[in-house]
Amino acid sequence: MNQRKFSFKTNNYGYIFLLPFFITFLALQLYPILNTLYLSFTNLSTANPQGDFIGFGNYIRLFTDKFFIQSIGNTWRIWIFNFIPQLIFAVGLAAILTRDKIRGKSFFRGVYFLPNLVTAASVGILFNVLLGWKDGSINNILVALHIIGEEAKIHFLAKPVWISSSVSVILWWMWFGHSMILFMAAMIAVPRDLYDAAAVDGANAWNSFWKITLPQIRPIMVYVLVTSLIGGLNNFDIPYVMGEGQNLGVGGPMKSILTMVMHLYNTAFTGGRQRGYGAAIAFALFIIVLIFSLIIFRVMYRGRDTENTKGV
Amino acid sequence: MTSNNRAIKKSMAGIFTGRFFLYLFLIMLAILCFTPFYMMIINATRSTQQINLGVSLLPSKALIDNYKTMMNSLNIWRGFSNSLIIAIPSTILSGYFGALTAYAFSKFRFRGNRILFWAVLGTMMIPAQLGIVGYYQLTVKLHLIDTYWALILPTIASAATVFFLKMYIDANVDYALIEAARVDGSSEFRTFNKIVLPIAMPGIATMCILNFMFSWNNYFTPLVLLFDKNKFTLPILITLVKGTFKQNLGSQYLAVTIAVVPILIAFTIFSKYIIGGIAAGALKE
Repeated sequence: MNQRKFSFKTNNYGYIFLLPFFITFLALQLYPILNTLYLSFTNLSTANPQGDFIGFGNYIRLFTDKFFIQSIGNTWRIWIFNFIPQLIFAVGLAAILTRDKIRGKSFFRGVYFLPNLVTAASVGILFNVLLGWKDGSINNILVALHIIGEEAKIHFLAKPVWISSSVSVILWWMWFGHSMILFMAAMIAVPRDLYDAAAVDGANAWNSFWKITLPQIRPIMVYVLVTSLIGGLNNFDIPYVMGEGQNLGVGGPMKSILTMVMHLYNTAFTGGRQRGYGAAIAFALFIIVLIFSLIIFRVMYRGRDTENTKGV
Repeated sequence: MTSNNRAIKKSMAGIFTGRFFLYLFLIMLAILCFTPFYMMIINATRSTQQINLGVSLLPSKALIDNYKTMMNSLNIWRGFSNSLIIAIPSTILSGYFGALTAYAFSKFRFRGNRILFWAVLGTMMIPAQLGIVGYYQLTVKLHLIDTYWALILPTIASAATVFFLKMYIDANVDYALIEAARVDGSSEFRTFNKIVLPIAMPGIATMCILNFMFSWNNYFTPLVLLFDKNKFTLPILITLVKGTFKQNLGSQYLAVTIAVVPILIAFTIFSKYIIGGIAAGALKE
């Protein structure tokens, strides 16, 4: 009896230790999110500082806002053209660096990861200067290597196609090393004897990569996919800095790199500060992220079920 | 015998060329990762005219001129210290309270432990941008807008830190040790500070490095919440570079160099912790 009383009391210290975290979480994270949800039903802005309740008005407006619709397409396009090569490079390099005996393995790992560490804003400005038209170093390198002529210098930042693909390439450059590290950790954890057994059965490296490595690293694959999707759909820093620095107006030429979060920022925190409408954009974005995350999890769990039945 | 030898030689040659192209590929990719930084550093030492004329692999002599031009209109060091003033308390708060919360989840059997932990995990999936409009309104109400507090205080509740440290404390802090401290009459709070915290320190250090980098690199939240130019963090200040020295390319490169080089140095020192921390965070999922 005494013992139980003692342990009941001490275990309740758990609540006390949780207090700072949960007070902060409720007051500074959860409350603002719920408040944002409420504000998304109002017309709060500089013109209406009180914010009148307008029902679903903001959400209906989303469907007729051509910048918002364009920003959905831009955000997906920029993310997909970065993610597909990123996944191929990350998985391929991870397989090479974990399976083969490569000299300088940790050097390569470090260098590939390097671009990820640097502030995205700095990367954006750096490439903004490097990608300049007449004076940009990348054009100068292309001319020096005789890939293009002096007159044919590419106006990277002024053409919608070029600036959008530049942003994708920069994101690929920043993130393939990061994903590679995650895949390497997952591949090292694959039990050796699986490969040994496959080798006895006559499987070559290529077969065991497809039949053993890939299925074994699927949980990490899902993790990378979901985190990259969340990050990619919330993309802001690099397109914002690249578009604005060029004085082409926020969003780049013809708004070709206007992302959803940029549209949220422009709407809620510049000009007329339409925070009610901005809040609706934030929730629309959240719903999109939620739907696609759930789809990814669904697909993964269905995959797992078939695997289990196969095992039985 | 000879034909056998020849076959072996042939396959050896095949492996050799295969390896050669593999290394060539790896090295080219490494160059691709490093070249932009190298050109940045080189161009920081060159005049605008030289940069316009073409690429160079060797530094020039305009570094001091570029520095003077830069400092005339943009005090990069103030941005540097502003970023530190935000990043250091954020790192300490997220590390300490992250460990305290993780310890509560790991070693105390109270009602709702699992549900609350799942709630913490759930918040990891919510992007920071979701509540930004509501948070902006809240900071206005609390008079925290345009202060560093608005950026520092939320770091007390860092879900990723709690998640990582719970795994770390589960694996490394023995319950018998806590029991022994209790028998010796140590208070629960003292047990955490004197026994649990030191044992969990390697894990806390890993998370602190990652949290520091996150705070240092954060651009969106400070951009929304800070208005006073004197309070701007380094990333915000860097983005002003383009407009400030319109035609002075050398100064633009130099400003970015000053922002980037400390990160490159820190990485060479802490790379093991950083890479290990990122990989461990995902593997435990």
